[in-house]
Amino acid sequence: MTVTDLLSYEDALASYDPVMGLEVHVELGTRTKMFCGCSTELGADPNSQTCPTCLGLPGALPVVNAVGVESAIKIGLALNCEIAQWCRFARKNYFYPDMPKNFQTSQYDEPIAYNGYLDVQLEDGEVFRVEIERAHMEEDTGKSLHVGGATGRIHGASHSLLDYNRAGIPLIEIVTKPIEGAGARAPEVAKAYVAELRELIKALGVSEARMEQGQMRCDVNLSLRPLGQKKFGTRSETKNVNSLRSVERAARFEIQRHAAVLSSGGTILQETRHFHEEDGSTTSGRIKEEAEDYRYFPEPDLVPVAPAREWVEELRAGLPELPRVRRKRIQDGWGIADHEMQSVLNAGALDLILATIDEGADAAAARKWWMGELARHANESGTELAEVPITPAQVARVAALVAAGDLNDKLARQVIEGVLAGEGEPDQVVDKRGLKVVSDDGALGAAVDQAIADNAAVADKIRGGNLAAAGALIGAVMKLTRGQADAKRVRELVLEKLGVQG
Amino acid sequence: MTDIIRLTAAQTAEKIASGELTAVEVTEAHLARIEAVDEKVHAFLHVDREGALEQARAVDAKRAAGEPLGPLAGVPLALKDIFTTEGVPTTVGSKILEGWIPPYDATVTKRLKAADVVILGKTNMDEFAMGSSTENSAYGPTGNPWDLTRIPGGSGGGSAAALASYQAPLAIGTDTGGSIRQPAAVTATVGVKPTYGGVSRYGMVAFSSSLDQGGPCARTVLDAALLHEVIAGHDPLDSTSIDAPVPPVVEAARNGNVAGLRVGVVKEFGGEGYQAGVVQRFTESVELLRDLGAEIVEISCPSFTYALAAYYLIAPSECSSNLARFDAMRYGLRVGDDGTKSAEDVTALTRDAGFGPEVKRRIMLGTYALSSGYYDAYYGSAQKVRTLITRDFEKAFESVDVIVSPTTPTTAFPIGERADDPMAMYLADLCTIPANLAGNAAMSLPCGLAPEDGLPVGLQIIAPALKDDRLYRVGAAVEAAFVSKWGHPLLEEAPQL
Repeated sequence: MTVTDLLSYEDALASYDPVMGLEVHVELGTRTKMFCGCSTELGADPNSQTCPTCLGLPGALPVVNAVGVESAIKIGLALNCEIAQWCRFARKNYFYPDMPKNFQTSQYDEPIAYNGYLDVQLEDGEVFRVEIERAHMEEDTGKSLHVGGATGRIHGASHSLLDYNRAGIPLIEIVTKPIEGAGARAPEVAKAYVAELRELIKALGVSEARMEQGQMRCDVNLSLRPLGQKKFGTRSETKNVNSLRSVERAARFEIQRHAAVLSSGGTILQETRHFHEEDGSTTSGRIKEEAEDYRYFPEPDLVPVAPAREWVEELRAGLPELPRVRRKRIQDGWGIADHEMQSVLNAGALDLILATIDEGADAAAARKWWMGELARHANESGTELAEVPITPAQVARVAALVAAGDLNDKLARQVIEGVLAGEGEPDQVVDKRGLKVVSDDGALGAAVDQAIADNAAVADKIRGGNLAAAGALIGAVMKLTRGQADAKRVRELVLEKLGVQG
Repeated sequence: MTDIIRLTAAQTAEKIASGELTAVEVTEAHLARIEAVDEKVHAFLHVDREGALEQARAVDAKRAAGEPLGPLAGVPLALKDIFTTEGVPTTVGSKILEGWIPPYDATVTKRLKAADVVILGKTNMDEFAMGSSTENSAYGPTGNPWDLTRIPGGSGGGSAAALASYQAPLAIGTDTGGSIRQPAAVTATVGVKPTYGGVSRYGMVAFSSSLDQGGPCARTVLDAALLHEVIAGHDPLDSTSIDAPVPPVVEAARNGNVAGLRVGVVKEFGGEGYQAGVVQRFTESVELLRDLGAEIVEISCPSFTYALAAYYLIAPSECSSNLARFDAMRYGLRVGDDGTKSAEDVTALTRDAGFGPEVKRRIMLGTYALSSGYYDAYYGSAQKVRTLITRDFEKAFESVDVIVSPTTPTTAFPIGERADDPMAMYLADLCTIPANLAGNAAMSLPCGLAPEDGLPVGLQIIAPALKDDRLYRVGAAVEAAFVSKWGHPLLEEAPQL
């Protein structure tokens, strides 16, 4: 890989102002494809979910999936867009083997939804408004599998295999207006926008929006202009950035790269860039020497889409609670402060905590484990909280063991450590590591006697009425029992044996 | 045998229903006729002998079992090779689809089968329906049964020639700019382009989606109506298909009448480029209509002057996109796949080898017309002209019920005459194109032989969209009047093959 010159982030921002445009593709979760009746189920055998229409056989024709249109309108409404009274599909013409008709049925100058905005909350709680240019409907392409080359790239491949199961799956492309004024926070805004959009899509129930499965994909367009300049610089288009973290990293990398090129007197090429997960860099894709000519024209095989106003209003009225509202409701229910809620959101812990509560944990305990022990673990291992190898059900089980008095916090942390280390379910870790709280009086009594004998002076103080000194004896018992003693019971026994009223 | 093949479809169906003939007898008679004459005519690209006989046997079995038979049950038909037929080759007259066996039936094919119409085989055509002479077929030209050295019209020359040479009493064509009507005109047969959206396009290989329309071809107006009723009607698989009842075409064809009808004659159709004999027969047809009680009204449709130009931007534009799918990846011809070439190279080599010159010409025209920077001047302007033409029709139909014109400016020209002159070829569709651009219904039927060359002339009738029945009402009246004047159907004057 070639080494790319980068300017430090601070230096870049000292001279330049970033402008971004984000294009997000969302695969809709419709049961059937956008223009035919084929299933959209993932994981089927290659080419088993195809028909004359999505294979582009001669003579086959498309028919619009009404649920796809409905989903598009819902997304448009949730993004505060205007919904077109009348719009058409258009053909985007270009040749590629995984595109059966060699044109993509899309929308061009008549999108179903346009002129909206999405308010996103940054990590410090500041709200940034991202303006939406448009949301339009289109179909996905098939998949090419390049065989024989390095890392699945077409370069050096001996041949390619084509799977058309994905061809024709409905997509909504959501395009922002140029995002200006974010300054040094541009990468953060990009991440927060995609995160908020993902929440929104999930809340609408139109897609599961799982980025790791390609159900939601983001292109990051970025340009720099000298501070104080109005005119936009030349942009690069970083394609298929497929995680929230990557969106942020890609934006940051491009800011540093552009700045290095510009400050050394170079010019930015208008090109597509590939993003690399491993090191967060981008490399040159294809150079757009001349603007690609897709020869768009209205799709003559489909009639215009003219959603009735009453229907649109019905859909508007039926929109579910949107993420921002939902978050506020949850926060109020938990009775926590803004900053505390913000750290839950920043940690990506909200859904995990809710799922843990669903599994029976109480809210405070669920928050405590995810925001404490597990967040620390994620931080140390450099992963997203959701990727920490423990499930909400397992966390809930640990919480239940604590609540029942079978574990104390210290033991519970060891159980979690065991689960994360792959030692099995919480109960298995408890058994294997022998982590049960000892509350049985026989065993504890012996330890208490031992502690009293070892610390005669302390014992005398307690006998003399200094109850605060009991802590030292409890600590000694805990030490003797390797932390497994039930502290509350130990205290009772100490006082009892020393003949003091608690 | 000769008698069977000269029957009309209506008569044939009646004789099968009554038991006078079996469907197998009828099919065999036509297969024998194909065997005897098609080597000379070359109407068929593929004859499905076994499939046809199997269908015929099924009809006979149905009748034997006392099951009800449809109005065209057992009647043989020649299907233009542009409709997909499951298990039977479909080439669209192109090398690029040589050997392709479709895995599915077009809606028209399905409806024909459901109506027990016996499909004899697939007929020759200009490659991808682009042409007016059938000379652009990759599989060689078709001869006009009136004179085998002349063109049978196009693109549906095979279907028209099959009818005119008594190889089938029924045929299906498609009409993008006149491909049903112009072949009907030059072979003295009847061809109808239904209202756009009247017949499903599902499984009809696309040339120009917004213009293409499948329709019936026959030797009589009534036969065309019976076939029209079988293939027409809403199809959920075609978004542009009209969701409305099929106009009462059969009833209209049985009740020909023009009394009190206002018939428009378009000022702009005529003048330079029209053969004298064609103009003469057309004028006589107008006189005949007047004699039959119609009121003749001269109308003006000024935008028609630009119809041909608009058509040759819209149709190539859509075709450049529709034909992009022929890339050697999934079906059809594949050239140059020797393990060393890229997919792009194989696609380019295949398209170069698989498409003929006219198809390439139109793909290039269309690609250019849609290019950024040219779109507004070409495709955009053409669409505006299209709107103006539609308005001209709307305005005309405020004062007339139907419009009549010659179907095509000349009679059948010799094979090869216009092959190197695309503009001369394109002029053959001068009168037929406006109806495609506006989506109206139109028919061509025989109106006599041109005195100077003894070749058939066609009369075109145009009706407003969704008023297809008017074509049949007028057509049936004109047909009856001419047959009684001539003493026999015009086609009987064609030379014996």
